Amino acid sequence: MSRNLILGTLLSSLVLLAAVVSFVWTPYDHAALNIPDKLQPPSTQHWFGTDHFGRDIFSMIMVGARTSIAVALVAVGIGVGFGVPLGLTAAARKGSWLDEVIMRGNDLVFAFPSLVIAILITAVFGAGAVNAIIAIGIFNIPVFARITRGAALSLWEREFILAARVSGKGAARISAEHILPNVANLLIVQGTIQFSLGILAEAGLSYVGLGAQPPTPSWGRMLADAQTMVSFAPHLALIPGLAIIVTVLGLNLLGDGLRDWLDPRIRVARA
Amino acid sequence: MLRYSLKRLLSLIISLAVASVVIFGVIEVAPGDPASFMLGVNAQPDTLAALRAELGLDVSKLQRYFNWVGGMLTGDFGTSYTYRTPVSQMIADRLWVSLPLALYALTLSTLIAFPAGIYAAARRGKPGDLAVMGATQLGIAVPNFWFAMMLVLIFAINLRWFNAGGFVGWETGFWTGLHSLTLPAIALALPQAAILARVMRSSLLDILGEDFMRTARAKGLSRRQALWRHGVRNALIPVLTIIGLQFSFLLAGSIIIEQVFYLPGLGRLVFQAISARDLIVVESVVMLLVFAVITVNFLVDLAYAAVDPRLRSRT
Amino acid sequence: MSLLEIENLSLAIHGVPILKQVDLSIAPGQIVAVTGESGSGKSMTALAVMQLLPNGAEVSGAIRLNGSELLNRPEAEMCALRGASIGMVFQEPMTALNPVKTIGDQVMETILIHKAMPPAQARVRAEEVLSRVGLPPDRFPLSRFPHELSGGQRQRVVIAMAIALRPKLLIADEPTTALDVTTQAQILELLKGLVSEYDMGLLMITHDLAVVADMADRITVMRHGEVVESGATQHLLGHMRHPYTRMLFEASGHQVTLPEPVEPQPLLQVSQVVRDYRLPRKALFDRPGHHRAVDGVSFTLNKGERLGLVGESGCGKSTLTRAILGLEEVQSGAIHLDGQPVFTGHRPNLAVRRKMQVVFQDPYGSFNPRHRVARLVTEPFHLLESPPTGAERQDRIAEMLTAVGLSPDDSGKYIHEFSGGQRQRIAIARALIIRPELILFDEAVSALDVSVRAQILDLLAELCATYDLTYLFISHDLSVVRTITDRVLVMQSGRIVEQGETEQVFADPQHRYTQSLIAAAPRLPQIGKEAV
Repeated sequence: MSRNLILGTLLSSLVLLAAVVSFVWTPYDHAALNIPDKLQPPSTQHWFGTDHFGRDIFSMIMVGARTSIAVALVAVGIGVGFGVPLGLTAAARKGSWLDEVIMRGNDLVFAFPSLVIAILITAVFGAGAVNAIIAIGIFNIPVFARITRGAALSLWEREFILAARVSGKGAARISAEHILPNVANLLIVQGTIQFSLGILAEAGLSYVGLGAQPPTPSWGRMLADAQTMVSFAPHLALIPGLAIIVTVLGLNLLGDGLRDWLDPRIRVARA
Repeated sequence: MLRYSLKRLLSLIISLAVASVVIFGVIEVAPGDPASFMLGVNAQPDTLAALRAELGLDVSKLQRYFNWVGGMLTGDFGTSYTYRTPVSQMIADRLWVSLPLALYALTLSTLIAFPAGIYAAARRGKPGDLAVMGATQLGIAVPNFWFAMMLVLIFAINLRWFNAGGFVGWETGFWTGLHSLTLPAIALALPQAAILARVMRSSLLDILGEDFMRTARAKGLSRRQALWRHGVRNALIPVLTIIGLQFSFLLAGSIIIEQVFYLPGLGRLVFQAISARDLIVVESVVMLLVFAVITVNFLVDLAYAAVDPRLRSRT
Repeated sequence: MSLLEIENLSLAIHGVPILKQVDLSIAPGQIVAVTGESGSGKSMTALAVMQLLPNGAEVSGAIRLNGSELLNRPEAEMCALRGASIGMVFQEPMTALNPVKTIGDQVMETILIHKAMPPAQARVRAEEVLSRVGLPPDRFPLSRFPHELSGGQRQRVVIAMAIALRPKLLIADEPTTALDVTTQAQILELLKGLVSEYDMGLLMITHDLAVVADMADRITVMRHGEVVESGATQHLLGHMRHPYTRMLFEASGHQVTLPEPVEPQPLLQVSQVVRDYRLPRKALFDRPGHHRAVDGVSFTLNKGERLGLVGESGCGKSTLTRAILGLEEVQSGAIHLDGQPVFTGHRPNLAVRRKMQVVFQDPYGSFNPRHRVARLVTEPFHLLESPPTGAERQDRIAEMLTAVGLSPDDSGKYIHEFSGGQRQRIAIARALIIRPELILFDEAVSALDVSVRAQILDLLAELCATYDLTYLFISHDLSVVRTITDRVLVMQSGRIVEQGETEQVFADPQHRYTQSLIAAAPRLPQIGKEAV
């Protein structure tokens, strides 16, 4: 195992652990107001200090991890759930009108950055965490469709696929039995990367008010609240930012580590 | 080359047409009638009808779509529901902030990323490479708006080198204008530069493994000469794709960054429009952003052909 | 005095020994061939001379060019030597040239990088050398890009780059392996001419013993990084002291004896088959062009017959193979197996597919790396209405693995645990397991080393006797087709130009194309006899 993989797993599990533990325990109630204790710097009582309402930031960060992870994870799920079948279909029917429609559709979706989708959805249906999920999820679909199609296309040229065709297997069966298992590694790595991008995107959306709404805590909105106070209480901005960085860094390292670890060529070379 | 360009142009037009239908369709799903929203619940039926006529809401949906698209083609984006001023004027004012900001950031990002990526690739596995890779790993993980807040804290509040927010306007001169966009541009550019540098590095490393690089060395080129004469141009092909994609991230990112620096750009316009349910403004800004993304990708396609002779002659 | 002198050269990469005490010398005007199977270290020897070794290489010994040591020379001095005093030609012409630069720029670069002459003069010299290698500027202007040239033409450009400054030593690493026989003959002729004209030394790396015997003044045979035998060509061929050398030459010309074919009875009937591919339009409103890959091909393959199909790359033999297998539909004509069409409507006919199997060229790409051998070889069971299960299935797997010379225990292993030759055996087991009426061998031995190839050919001959095989053997390698088939088809530009009894066609080719193919193929010398 490489250093990337170990460090990545460590950081990611730390954040995941915080999110899971927050369901049963946080140092304080993350929503409890305590005005006399407001704007405390980090101390032994409040590890990460308190905000302008005296809420415990450590507790808010823990609960906020839940929101970030949930949004990014479901968004990756949407991307994989729609993107992978589309990519497999396009590759299996390479050059057909279906392939053309799927790929042009992908290009079109790529022209709508998640923020633009979020703006559209919010303008029409109002703000909420679900918007963020849909906006990021939609943007993930073409990412997974493209990467699946690209990898599947080169597999379709391989002789073991021809052998399967000579054995009378149809496109659907070959895609499930031979193509999907051989692109799985790639999808796991890309999934990790999209997961980390999802965390960043969620933070951005909730920062501008297009994501999770109060009282759901989220790192992005904590930053938005901190903005006017950054000159006299910099920890309000520093801590949620560092939480985001640690999470994204951890996931990226995990993705890089997995890529090296899962790549049979590199593994053979190492052995 | 001509045929290739025409083909890309055709696909550009189709993409824009489909995108406009999608945007119009989504906005149409919005519940409620803008006119009654603007006038409140107690509006008189005849005032309502007059307003609807004024806003162009009294015709069929299909007709409205064509009016909207036709208007945009002639530079008429309709009238804002809340401000009653032409949307095109509102957008044009804001665009003079957002577009220069995105371009400024793109320039910075490219200027940082290219040397960093080439440097790292040339020193693969050595301390210089590891340092660049470590820095980019961190750069990717940093949310740009948070980075922007930190820049404000350090360079505006503590060091007072820049204003903490606002835009002085281009009337005060190009350099003062640019100065007030510098912090936002750096905040936007650095995380993108991190991504671009990594792409540049890995693309170059792929090229370094190609047979023709060995041929070049066999001719007597040094490692560095081979890298510059044969590597960089071939490595540009995947890098161009990322630059194209980055433009759309930068444009979207600038909408968020504008909030940190209180810049009067498209972001501010669109968020005000959302809270005021000024859907015609939202619709037009979104269309404009999508138009920008599609057009930049079209330009990237043309740039491919300039770099890669195989594309030029194939079609 | 020798031009190049290699003494006691040892090389290890990250501690793994690659070369062990290699000795070699080349005189001006001399062609020295280094030959051996994959892993023999022959290419590394060439790269060591260029000092273009991969990272982590540790070298000892001596490499002297004109008496001056090359090992541990500063990199800047090596750069001055490469291209000017030593030129190099590589195996793969399709990727050896930079796709975004013109051929003129790339040839001129050799001259300009050494500041040998001013640009205007360099341009003239580039035109000269390109003409010399057979690409005169009136037909191949300097402004051409590599993708506008064929493989053979690109190899000529690579040679032009290597000789632009008249180096004293030219190194050619498998320069014709990726080329067709007729192109190969031309390139070899060109190299020979250049050597005598410029009085260069040529270090030629090749696995092809026929090429070696044809070209070289001296031969060095290598195995596992060691020189096993070397000497003047005539002398070495006449004596062959080392058993490995003898084995290598025997395997290269390996002959098998096929059992007598049975009474002819038609099995596969191909009649008037045409397959077109659409080409991209040349202008915006042009009608799309067509490339006719297979053009009115007809032939019959009898039960128990071993039929060969030979032709150069692009002649349409792969397309024809795919059409017979039902992987691609043809535009017109018909393919019948046992009287049934391969395609009914637009769908491949399952009843016909059941009677056919295929063995592909690439032993590495032919298997799903994630499945075990048992699952891999039983994949054709999918074609059967009631595939065997349980013990019966196990028995069939064991029988097949034994038949191809492997052990039944191998069924639980993954494919990466096997060598290239063993993989081809597994591919044959997979093809045989449903006892097909017809097997297609698509370049099935082309990627193998000669000794492994000989073993697989023996296996095929053996299987012909036990299982009464009927097969179509598709190959570009004439010597293999000659021994492994009864009858042969010769294909050129989508048409069958000649067919007949294999011995008959090879001994007395009728069509001009067949004649040129056979003439171009380098011939292996008779072993043990002093060649004249």
